[in-house]
Amino acid sequence: MSLLELLGQGFVQHALIAAVLISIAAGIVGALVVVNRLVFMTGGIAHTAYGGVGTAIYLGLPVLPVTGVFTAGAALLLGALTRRKRERTDTLIGVIWAAGMALGLILVELTPGYQAGLMTYLFGSILTVATVDLWLMAGIDAVIVSLALYYYRDLLSFSFDPVYARTRGIPVTGLYFMLLLLVAETVVMMIQVVGLLLVIALLTLPPYLAQRYTRTLGGMMLLSGAFSLLFCLAGLYASYWFDIGSGPAIIATACAIYLVVVGGERLIGIARR
Amino acid sequence: MSTPETDQPAIVLDGVSFGFDREPILERIDLVIPRGAFAVIVGPNGGGKTTLLHLILGLYRPDAGTVRVFGDKPGRHPERIGYVPQHGNLAPGFPATVEQVVLMGLPHGRRHGPGFHADERARAQLALERTGIPELAQRPFGALSGGQRQRVLIARALITEPELLLLDEPFSNIDPYGRACIHETLDGLGGTLTRVMVSHDLGITRQAVSQVLAVNRWLVSGDGPAITEEMLGLMYGQHGADCPMGHSALNAHLAPSASSSHPGGEAR
Repeated sequence: MSLLELLGQGFVQHALIAAVLISIAAGIVGALVVVNRLVFMTGGIAHTAYGGVGTAIYLGLPVLPVTGVFTAGAALLLGALTRRKRERTDTLIGVIWAAGMALGLILVELTPGYQAGLMTYLFGSILTVATVDLWLMAGIDAVIVSLALYYYRDLLSFSFDPVYARTRGIPVTGLYFMLLLLVAETVVMMIQVVGLLLVIALLTLPPYLAQRYTRTLGGMMLLSGAFSLLFCLAGLYASYWFDIGSGPAIIATACAIYLVVVGGERLIGIARR
Repeated sequence: MSTPETDQPAIVLDGVSFGFDREPILERIDLVIPRGAFAVIVGPNGGGKTTLLHLILGLYRPDAGTVRVFGDKPGRHPERIGYVPQHGNLAPGFPATVEQVVLMGLPHGRRHGPGFHADERARAQLALERTGIPELAQRPFGALSGGQRQRVLIARALITEPELLLLDEPFSNIDPYGRACIHETLDGLGGTLTRVMVSHDLGITRQAVSQVLAVNRWLVSGDGPAITEEMLGLMYGQHGADCPMGHSALNAHLAPSASSSHPGGEAR
């Protein structure tokens, strides 16, 4: 099949729209996660989301909305537990991480006759995104973009130095909870595409790369969104070319590009010496 | 209150005690810093100097007693207070220009949205000129030297043209040249600005200093720029038996004057 014929397929078009939509969220939220050093926290929220998936499957309810509510609750709980001592909280995050994951696995196992689809939420399948999910993702994007634009100045100050931001009257606690909720909803919308096991890679690799080439937080958000889209598109093509799953293909492509860029910079640095 | 606002001292602490998880950090602190003063807070690490600043900033609420800044509760007037936090725990690769860092000194207000306004940027430029580094405005903050960063953080504190400047260890991790520059910057501010500077370096006392406060759970305050024996006793006196200084002549000399002023004043 030629590339043009491929692009004519409905499911491919859906996949491309989904890639754009998750890249918008991944760029903004990923940049905030990286500069606030919340990568482990994001891992915790992502794995806890599995508890939401299990709950939805067990109760026979639609997965994305139930997981959205469940994960938001988990994010608020983690926020309340870690609000005071942000640095000494990895144990708590680890416990909730494991508990959410275990709950999901148990509930899925208890669901009679449920076999298929489990892997969908672990590794994602961007090629089966339904139209209704695209609308849901667009809605989450709209919320994320509006909040990030409106609170940009506060988020900048909060991310740079939260203690100082408090002395300026900035509502730091509110921003922290807002950020965790944005992480939760980003995780939920990305579950479908890359799967929750691989969410962290798409929320961290693009910002890590973007941080090397920008002087501002806004620039970092835009550039990591662009990197995320590049990874998704290149990954999708790799998935088609090598006939492998789309989720792992996207992440493998992202890691490969990251290594090439970072390794290339090192080599140039050595050569210049 | 019937007293006119302008007659209020800059800072008043009345019987303030504060601790974390039943561990007392500060006990029964009484303190008055008049307007225009240059007060230096000295004391050992862990003695409560930074905690005292945080109480004045309203970041902590006292367990007992009251804190008043310009006669009002702390935290009410961010634009009147400039704060230079202890330097060091800032993310090294943070994506922000010097100008943006200075703009973070503006109080939280009605202005939202992704950009900064021309009048705000002009104020940032003015603050950078006051600290002598206007040419660095568009440089990435992470690419600066320690001394340059510290001057950016002082500019951030000055952007609102505050009446009170709180500095927490502005000379830590800074090379001698950088120290000289910062001293020059601070001495040049003068005027009606009230300055409160935390330092664990006793050599910091300078001519411009009007008041020295020694803090080590309790507080001893002096009237002039000198550190008194009583302060030294509070800070370093009465060491435990495991400390070699506990048997030194200095300690034996200072202990009697120190023990009279602060009940149970063992060093922490």
